[in-house]
Amino acid sequence: MSRSVSLFVMVLMLASPALAQDKKSPPRQYGIGQVATPEQIAGWDIDVRPDGLGLPPGKGSVKDGEKLYVERCAACHGEFGESAGRWPQLAQGKGTLASHDPVKTVGSYFPYVSSVFDYVRRAMPFGDAQSLKDNELYAVTAYVLNLNDIVDDKFVLSKETWSQVKMPNRDGFYDDDRETSEKAFWNSKPCMKDCRPPVKITGHAAVIDVTPEDKTPRKGGVD
Amino acid sequence: MTDSNDEARTSRRRFLAGAAGLAAAGATGSALANDKNLPPNVADWSKHLGEGVAVRPYGHPSKFEKDVIRRDVQWLTASRESSVSFTPLHELDGIITPNGLCFERHHAGIAEIDPNDYRLIIHGLVDKPLIFTLDDLKRLPRVNRIYFLECAANTGMEWRGAQLNGCQYTHGMIHTVQYTGVPLKLLLEQAGVKPAGKWLLVEGGDASGLNRSLPLAKALDDCMIAYRQNGEMLRPEQGYPVRLVVPGWQGNIWVKWLRRIEVGDQPWYSREETSKYTDLMENGKARKFTFVMDAKSVITSPSPQMPVKHKGFQVISGLAWSGRGKVTRVDVSLDGGRNWRAARLDGPVLDKCCVRFYAEAEWNGEPWLLQSRAMDETGYVQPSKDDLRKIRGVNSIYHNNGIQTWALKASGEVENVEVG
Repeated sequence: MSRSVSLFVMVLMLASPALAQDKKSPPRQYGIGQVATPEQIAGWDIDVRPDGLGLPPGKGSVKDGEKLYVERCAACHGEFGESAGRWPQLAQGKGTLASHDPVKTVGSYFPYVSSVFDYVRRAMPFGDAQSLKDNELYAVTAYVLNLNDIVDDKFVLSKETWSQVKMPNRDGFYDDDRETSEKAFWNSKPCMKDCRPPVKITGHAAVIDVTPEDKTPRKGGVD
Repeated sequence: MTDSNDEARTSRRRFLAGAAGLAAAGATGSALANDKNLPPNVADWSKHLGEGVAVRPYGHPSKFEKDVIRRDVQWLTASRESSVSFTPLHELDGIITPNGLCFERHHAGIAEIDPNDYRLIIHGLVDKPLIFTLDDLKRLPRVNRIYFLECAANTGMEWRGAQLNGCQYTHGMIHTVQYTGVPLKLLLEQAGVKPAGKWLLVEGGDASGLNRSLPLAKALDDCMIAYRQNGEMLRPEQGYPVRLVVPGWQGNIWVKWLRRIEVGDQPWYSREETSKYTDLMENGKARKFTFVMDAKSVITSPSPQMPVKHKGFQVISGLAWSGRGKVTRVDVSLDGGRNWRAARLDGPVLDKCCVRFYAEAEWNGEPWLLQSRAMDETGYVQPSKDDLRKIRGVNSIYHNNGIQTWALKASGEVENVEVG
């Protein structure tokens, strides 16, 4: 390329910003919205990750947690985490996940302590969310772990002891694999005729009979 | 469950009594009509003035449509604040769900947010953490998109067999509305996502503070921060004033009352994506982050709540959808899946949106086993319930997209059944 041509290209680029813009150009800034202050963020930033990122300062013992649990949690979750009525069961259920009646609890199913701590911090007690102090969060989490025999009676949960907790079902999950394990469901020519032997009814919802009453007069009946 | 069972039995007796009575009355042709309003007589409404304008400043359906409502199944959950109500799919046509009939799923009741006090914070791995008011969001460029929203647990009660008698209950955790809002990509660009950012924590402002981890790639693809549904502001039940729209993905991640988005380098594994919304397989291991809703369909009429009233010509009507893209075809079977015919798709066929299908047939009182089967543009074909169970077992709760069977009986009654 001669020097003059190269100069011409440069001038063209400088003179027309539209041509100079390519995919790397920064997205438009609308100047709408304010910068969020650290104080504003701190008041709402309550999430906690499995690695402990987001944990507040503080600590709580199984012993302190037991007292709190009895006062604030047992009415719904049961004295031993067995559930009162239809509220979530928190303890037991070990070894049931492959059975016909799996019982998913903190001990049998939750993969991380953070999944418990983060949830209690944002949503519990039901109807009085975000009312527990940081030490109370640690204590009540420690007690629920203790109900599941994951930590002993003397355990104190804190940032420092966080990584000592080993959840029994931490390896119980795997990434969505439907596109490989269910590959057979992709089929460009589904069967249209005589696809199966004559069909029999094998179950009736009306026999199970758990549909709620809806008071609508049914305009059924054939004329 | 005992009380609910008693209630359900009462309901069934009434249903059967009503069906029999109407069948007899049907012979006279006008048992439900008032003769004084029928020709040659002049109807009441033809003689007198009706209500004037603005008597109903926010309009509502005819008083004769009062049974077209959301309903719940009380035995399902411990409280109404953490529960679900179902869209009356059997009473609707076309693809748009009226705002007041969109199914509800709350985890701590409906947050009533004063729009003046609404704030959205975006922070974490960003160049500039930002806080937006509702007015700020409304000033930004906006888009309109129609999408279905289906709860991952829709049809979840049917894994072990036919259980609930009505498509409102078996399939009613879905709705389709037009959303107006800001592309999430545009909002993230205002804050500037750092190269290490790979996941977003999206969090609601209700008393459950519902939080989910959303992959950044999806956020940049087609997610929206919506503040309107079907033209008007979001209903409180749907997250007023702002909710997240995550097209084609499970409803739980469409966070309502959205208050915070945090950018991070890995997922958070919140309770809602570990203890819940993971799919337990027969071997005791569970799939996680099963976001996409597989292609699925259901015949909404005839259906248990929409029995057949006349012999002869029938319009079979239903909905189909896929979280992977457009629905390309729906087939209908009258014999429980032995033989299929292509249904007609009517109205818009949109990406990650419900489509309406119709199939027309003559019925002369013979038993039908009605099924529908959806296909999408990726070539996915909605599987039978048995084929689904062979892979997933019956403990998964979520993502039951198996083919539904309705049995139409000589009486015109329709029942949810299992076939084999």
